[in-house]
Order: sequence, then structure tokens, then C-alpha cells
Amino acid sequence: MKAAPFEYVRPGSVDEVCVCLSADPDAAIIAGGQTLVPMMAMRLARPSRLIDITRIPELHGIRDDGAAIAIGAVTRQATAAHDDLIARKVSLLAAALPWVGHAATRNRGTVGGSVANADPAAEIPLVLVTLRGHVVLRDSAGPRTLASQDFFLGPMMTALTPGCCITEVRFPVWEHARIGVGFQEVSARQGDFALVSAAAQVALDQAGRCTACALGVGGATAVPQRLDAVSRVLTGSHLTDVEIGAAVRAATGSLEIMSSPHASDDYRRRAAATLGRRALAQARDAALASTGRHQ
Amino acid sequence: MKVELVVNGMPRSVDVEPRTTLVDCLRDNLNLNGVHTGCEHGICGACTVLIDGEPSRACLIFAVQADGYAITTVESLAPAPGELGVIQDAFCETHGMQCGFCTSGMILVAHALFRSNPEPSREEIIEAISGNICRCTGYGQIVEAIELAAQRLAGRNIGVAP
Repeated sequence: MKAAPFEYVRPGSVDEVCVCLSADPDAAIIAGGQTLVPMMAMRLARPSRLIDITRIPELHGIRDDGAAIAIGAVTRQATAAHDDLIARKVSLLAAALPWVGHAATRNRGTVGGSVANADPAAEIPLVLVTLRGHVVLRDSAGPRTLASQDFFLGPMMTALTPGCCITEVRFPVWEHARIGVGFQEVSARQGDFALVSAAAQVALDQAGRCTACALGVGGATAVPQRLDAVSRVLTGSHLTDVEIGAAVRAATGSLEIMSSPHASDDYRRRAAATLGRRALAQARDAALASTGRHQ
Repeated sequence: MKVELVVNGMPRSVDVEPRTTLVDCLRDNLNLNGVHTGCEHGICGACTVLIDGEPSRACLIFAVQADGYAITTVESLAPAPGELGVIQDAFCETHGMQCGFCTSGMILVAHALFRSNPEPSREEIIEAISGNICRCTGYGQIVEAIELAAQRLAGRNIGVAP
């Protein structure tokens, strides 16, 4: 359970990171290391060189650019979980963060690292896909922005090409006055990877009618899935339990479920439907309880 | 590689391979054997130390990554050699330690918890230690120990029920 030997470098800028990456195809970026280090301990990963990006100033910070909250790639999950701007503007992320690992791993794990790792059961990618967020990358050719649905390609597979470094993760802000969020998850033990999780965000008008709705499920499929059919059916409705149940059941019926020894396909599909329904009801109730602007 | 750490308030300089984890560095280079090497892949929490005051898994960080950071281990909690700190005492009194393997991690988590939340509820204590596995399954007494320590630290120095 000891990692194979490697070289360690700590560049001072993203440009230097890109140079290091292009100089050595077997190099790997390390941020919080909460997934990479165990992979190295088990020798499932054997990078020749670790490029530590955690102290690069331009990769830190949480800022509001109007349309989105932009989170620097190496912002720690614990920092994001306690951030006031995130709590007010992307409360779905705030609701999901306590489910990410344990407190001790959130203290070191980063937002960008979780996105780069692309575990299908991970909560941060689920929220990113549910809200149609973006991933900002940099390589030697310059910066690029990818939509989340184009970024996640499969289990632990992303559109990151060799030489690429994530610099920022962008979570869209909804401008509606009455917003509610819901997050539900089932796992074998607290803090374990989700067997299935669901994230929902809804906006209601003053009459309680749904003006916008997003539901995503994680863990069940190869990449986190946003269920657009649910948004289409439920927008304009009053989000009654019956309406939610029917929409979620219909949408989860056609999901391509990922098999695993931990839970059968059938279980995952039923859990996705149940948690999706609960997350939407939780979001609806939270929106009904809120009176004014969430900001 | 040369690494400068501040361990339990003292500047310490070590020379380690990049692949040396912080837990191995603390145990093998600095002789701090209170931190335990358990699963070595971030599941059990036996290697918990505080990095800049926050509980972290010392098996999930290479010592070179911790360059310049302040590390707190269980050795710092005793007021003097041969004595025990309040949390350690509470673990003894409530039988919060059985085999002792998870104890140093549990105690450091409690220590960090009290700093942000001096009077945690039972639920908050359970949440705080949820990343630390007790293979003896003595969670009941561990929670009791942390509750007792919180009361003592708040100045309510009560004895344990017989």
C-alpha cells in the first residue's frame, strides 16, 4: 500500500503547469489528492511526476460573475461548503457538499478535483450537470470552456486531453425570485459513494406555479444525467406529488442504468425514481416556504 | 526532498522521498507513533491529524505536499509527559477506547470539533466522527467520551455514573 516512486514539482502558475504536462505524458496533476493518493497507494495509478497545483493563486477563490458562480479549481470542498456566496446563489451545491465524502476528506478535496475525477457517483459533477454548468480548462493553446454535458464522457472519463488543466468550474445562477432545492442520496454507509443520488432545483411564481425545473440523478448511470423530460413536463405545473411522480417515473424508465455488484439495475432504477421524486418535492416545499429573492 | 513542517508547534525539517506519506513521515522520521497507519487508502481515519487545525487523513497526503503546514498530532494534547488531556481522560473514564487503534484519530476529531463547536449535540458528534472507523464497534462509549469531555471543557466537571 505504498505508492511507486515519482518526482514532485510545485509550479507557480497555470502556464507552468501546462509546460510540465506537455513535457511528460506520464505526469499527473495533484490537487487535494483524496482520490489520486489512494489510487497510487493501490498502484492503480503510477504517475512519473506529480504536479501540485494547490498553491497556485489564480486557481483559488469563489467569485460571482453575474450569470454564474465561478469556483477556482483548487478551492477546497470544505471552503465551498461554508461559503456564503454559494449558499445564497447556488444553494443546490451547498445542499450537496455535506454529502461529499467525510469532513476530513472535504478539508483537502477540491471542487475541480472532483470534477476532473468524474466518478459517476460524485455529488459535485451531479450538481454541475443538473444546473448545466461549465468547466473552464487551459492547455498550451490557451483557455477553453466546455459545457458539463460535453465534459463528462463516462465513468472516470472526461473530455480533458493530455496537457489540460481545469482552472475553474462555473455553476449557473438562477435569477428567479422563489427558488427551492432538494438533494437526496442513498449509500451503503454514511460518507460512502452514492449508490444513487438526486439533485433538484425548482423556481415558482407567486401563484406557486413552476417556472423552471431541473432534476439530475447520479450514481445510476455512467455519467450524471439531467432529466430534461422532467423539466419539460413539470414546467407550468403546480408540482403536485402526482405530477412529480408521473414525470419522474416516465423519465427514469428509459435511463441506461450502470451495473455494479453493489446494487442491481432494478434497484438503481427504482432508487433513482424515488430519490428524484423526493428531491423535487423537497425543492418544491423549500420554494413554497421562501417568500422573496434568494439573494 | 527537504520538507519543512511545523509539528505540534515546533519547526521540524525532514528529508523524505516524494512518495512518503505524511503519516509515514510522522511515524518514521519524527517518531510520533500516536498517529496510526491503518488502511492507507483513506477509509478508516486511524491516521487523522490536524493540518492547519483541520482534521485530515495523513495517509492521503504526501509529506512534500504538506511543506510549510502546521501539523497537530495526539502527542500535543497531553499537558505534560505522563499526563492526559481532558479529552483523553474522558475516553479512559467512559471506556471510549478498547483496542486503542482508532483512539488518536477520534480524539483529534473531537479536539477540532470543540474548537468550532464547544457544546456539540449528540448528532453533531456522530457526524464529526463518522469518517473514523472503530473496528471494536465501541461507538457508544466514544460518543459518551466526547460528550463528557465537552461538559468538562465547558466547566461542568461532573463524574461518570457508576
